[in-house]
Amino acid sequence: MKSIFGKSKELEKNIEEYLDIVEEALLIFERDINRYLEGQYDLFEENLDDILTVENNADDILKEIKYKLYTYMLIPEARGDVLNIIESLDNEVDLCKKVLMQFSIEKPEIKDFIVSDFKELTKQSLKSAEQLVRGIRTYFEEISMVNEYVNKVHFYEHEADKLEERIKRKVFSTDHINDLCKKVHIRHFSEKLAYFSDLAEEISEILSVASIKRSI
Amino acid sequence: MTSFLFISSGLFLGWSLGANDAANLFGTAVSTKMVKFSTAAVIISIFVTIGAVFGGTGTTETLGALGSVNALAGAFVVALAAGVTVYLMTCYELPVSTTQSIVGAIIGWNLFSGRPTQLDVLYKILGTWVFSPILSALFAIVFFKIAEYIVKNCRIHLFKIDMFTRIGLILVGAFGAYSLGANNIANVMGVFTKTSILASLQIGFITLSNTQVLFLLGGLAISVGVFTYSKRVMSTVGRNIFKISPVASLVVVLSSSVVLFIFASEGLESILLNLGLPTIPLVPVSGSQAVVGAVIGIGLAKGGRNVNYKLLGKIGLGWVLTPLFALIISYIVLFFMQNVFMQQVYF
Repeated sequence: MKSIFGKSKELEKNIEEYLDIVEEALLIFERDINRYLEGQYDLFEENLDDILTVENNADDILKEIKYKLYTYMLIPEARGDVLNIIESLDNEVDLCKKVLMQFSIEKPEIKDFIVSDFKELTKQSLKSAEQLVRGIRTYFEEISMVNEYVNKVHFYEHEADKLEERIKRKVFSTDHINDLCKKVHIRHFSEKLAYFSDLAEEISEILSVASIKRSI
Repeated sequence: MTSFLFISSGLFLGWSLGANDAANLFGTAVSTKMVKFSTAAVIISIFVTIGAVFGGTGTTETLGALGSVNALAGAFVVALAAGVTVYLMTCYELPVSTTQSIVGAIIGWNLFSGRPTQLDVLYKILGTWVFSPILSALFAIVFFKIAEYIVKNCRIHLFKIDMFTRIGLILVGAFGAYSLGANNIANVMGVFTKTSILASLQIGFITLSNTQVLFLLGGLAISVGVFTYSKRVMSTVGRNIFKISPVASLVVVLSSSVVLFIFASEGLESILLNLGLPTIPLVPVSGSQAVVGAVIGIGLAKGGRNVNYKLLGKIGLGWVLTPLFALIISYIVLFFMQNVFMQQVYF
């Protein structure tokens, strides 16, 4: 039978691992989207399995975390909050897989004049998610710093929103794309990319409340 | 058999102490599921009994000096009056104190039997009632600031904080139970010590004097109170009084336990005497009021927001009303016991 020290250490490790995987998923996503936007379609398709593997690993660890939090009776008061945060974060990983699959299946035609905007949107939106992951790490280790990261999440979410709007305006006012279907298609993908930051903002609110509840 | 019938009022008082005061020690731990109720109940029962049997003499002497209840029927009435007062005060949701009710009941016996009340002892006791919540608040401020500094500066993982808090709640709860037993057993069984109704007892290598056997019974009565009724009180304590974090509640239990301990410890008294320092009087103090003092201390440490000043008023009201009620009830019931039931209530 493991001691309470051992159980706690194990769970600590699992959560660290999980947060590492989320960061890895975000990096893979950025790499693959850039490949797609730069027209390296073969390379994009070849490495599509990476995100599937990462997403599966994330699910496995999440299951372990859930099991340990409840069966080992660890942090009874805050475990609901911890689980809520971790489960919500899993949506970011799922989103990585879903959006990459959509790019692979639907193959949206991103014209040259908006490629740099798309790259910037991806960057800002993912930055928001990255700051969220850092905020979650500090929730466990230095709770007083959580708000600093929550503010950064808001900042990048706002930047991503502006870029999303910029892309939409450009697409719907340009003569380079004549087909309305294609315009709507591009709009759909710009919204998908911006959704990473929207989701990060939602989770950051949960994190913020959880950190207030934990302050001594 | 008659003897046991007479000490039943003391056992009832012990039961109510176990049901109410013991809940303060593990209220948050149990209601936040950090410690199972069964674990808490076993820890309280063991340590409260140890505290009562081995540390309860100091405070008992002080109560004995206030009024030496020398007839069994008189002791029965005094404990009964205290028990009834505790019940009434609970109905009015005042931070109930067996200490204040037993003091009132003893003074009632003094008045009825025509014995003088030692005013210097009374003033000493009254002083500690006022001083104990204040001291508890001061301890809470210091302990809270230390805990806050550690949590903010040492970058301890959330899980480790929780683990230390959980272990701390168990250890401090055990210490609190010991202190409660040592400090408050005088309230429960103190009035019966002059009546010598029980013989001494040999358990293995340990010999218990007749007073200690009486205290053992009191400790067991407190344990019964813990097992039968304190679960409900604990959930109330957890939900209503302690809307504070587990770390802060650890500070509350620690502060109030230290207060109960220093007002009961003969060891500490002799250390202070040896050092030539003024001693702390060994007086039964109210655990509940020490807890309220500590909660207010935490509120002050956080900058004075969310401090429920109404509670202070309720404590003050308790200081006056509880002994007064107990005195009146004690006097009236002694009258009936002597004149209706024809029992000798004093010699």
